[in-house]
Amino acid sequence: MTNMKIAAILALPSLIIASFYALSVLPVSAAAEPAADATISIDKFMFEPTALTITVGTTVHWKNLDPEPHTVRGVDTNFRSDPLDQNDSFAHKFDKPGTYRYVCSIHPQMLGTIVVKAASTAN
Amino acid sequence: MTTKASFNQGRRQALKCLAYGGAGTLFTLSAGVLAPIDLALAAGNPRPGKDAGLPLFLQISDTHIGFNKEANPDVIGTLARTIALVNAMPQKPAMVIHTGDITHLSKAAEFDTAAQLLKQLNVTELHTTPGEHDVADASVTEYFSRYGKPSQDRGYYSFDHHGVHFISLINVLNFKPNGLGALGQEQLEWLEQDLRGRAASTPIVVFAHMPLWTIYEPWGWGTSDANQAMSYLTRFGSVTVLNGHIHQIVQKVEGNITFHTARSTAYPQPGPGEGPGPGPLKVSAAELPGRLGVSNLTLQSHPTSLSVTDTTLA
Repeated sequence: MTNMKIAAILALPSLIIASFYALSVLPVSAAAEPAADATISIDKFMFEPTALTITVGTTVHWKNLDPEPHTVRGVDTNFRSDPLDQNDSFAHKFDKPGTYRYVCSIHPQMLGTIVVKAASTAN
Repeated sequence: MTTKASFNQGRRQALKCLAYGGAGTLFTLSAGVLAPIDLALAAGNPRPGKDAGLPLFLQISDTHIGFNKEANPDVIGTLARTIALVNAMPQKPAMVIHTGDITHLSKAAEFDTAAQLLKQLNVTELHTTPGEHDVADASVTEYFSRYGKPSQDRGYYSFDHHGVHFISLINVLNFKPNGLGALGQEQLEWLEQDLRGRAASTPIVVFAHMPLWTIYEPWGWGTSDANQAMSYLTRFGSVTVLNGHIHQIVQKVEGNITFHTARSTAYPQPGPGEGPGPGPLKVSAAELPGRLGVSNLTLQSHPTSLSVTDTTLA
């Protein structure tokens, strides 16, 4: 009797984890499309990672960790953020393949690059 | 006042050795040579030198309204203090030039607060050039909707005041990756045209936000195509080039061109290459007024020379 109770209690967390896993994973698979997100931190006057390769449809999130404000401004293209104060974020979805260079317009020595690759042929 | 091009090499040599400026720097026109007079001196000493000349304009810079970090949690207070200092001067210039970074984050509310404060200056004319902090909004409209008129939203324009030709340049747009500030071909062509046919004896004042010479390239403290602009100015007898951006006094004299950067009213920055990078420098509360403070420049008449004593507001 006592042993069975313990076994049930031990089993419970595994069941909860399993169901959460199913809930979080299944809808994504069902969508047949990667819910792609990538994060770039801005830290000590650097975009980190400085160079990032993603696939088309990925949304990139920049988060500024510095006490100084920074911006994200495309060099040859028109994606641009408002000034990001400390802990502010900016997101941009990349819909076309290509190489995108960007700078911080307040500190233009800060340079980053995003390479957007075409979606895999499986799609 | 005279616009006669009478160049006193002694004064120019003296200028070379000086570090001057402060929360604001007052420029006077004296014998065709622009001479900065320290604000604290102008405010505190009702009898400047005999040939102190006409108070021509005041340069104020890097007010960074909206900044609230530890290097100065009260930038409104320090600007208000600067304005009170200017208004208390016995001889006030009619004109103020703000060399940029009016705001910290290009926000409408920051511009509005700055305008409310600057309006309290007892002057009739305010000229501005934007800093990179003023044109950081994604649409780059907040600055130009307020201050774009004189330049028709181009950011560069010229005007004359008391026989001096003033040129406002913009070098905080169109940055090159990893580069310094830039003026760009269109603006350079305009500048060349603007100066064409002008008498070499006309005193020239050029102002922009970022330094128009390379002070420290790894930190972007310079303008990549400034040399081109300077080449149009070498034939003039008296050229004064004013910038902000680096929140400290750096000066050099090259031929007839005097370069001068202004202090901020908000917070100091480290010296070129000192520490990991540029940015607000935290100093003790006791030290801050001194870093935003002024240097006393004393103008002596016989022989004409300038001497400086660093003083603080502390």
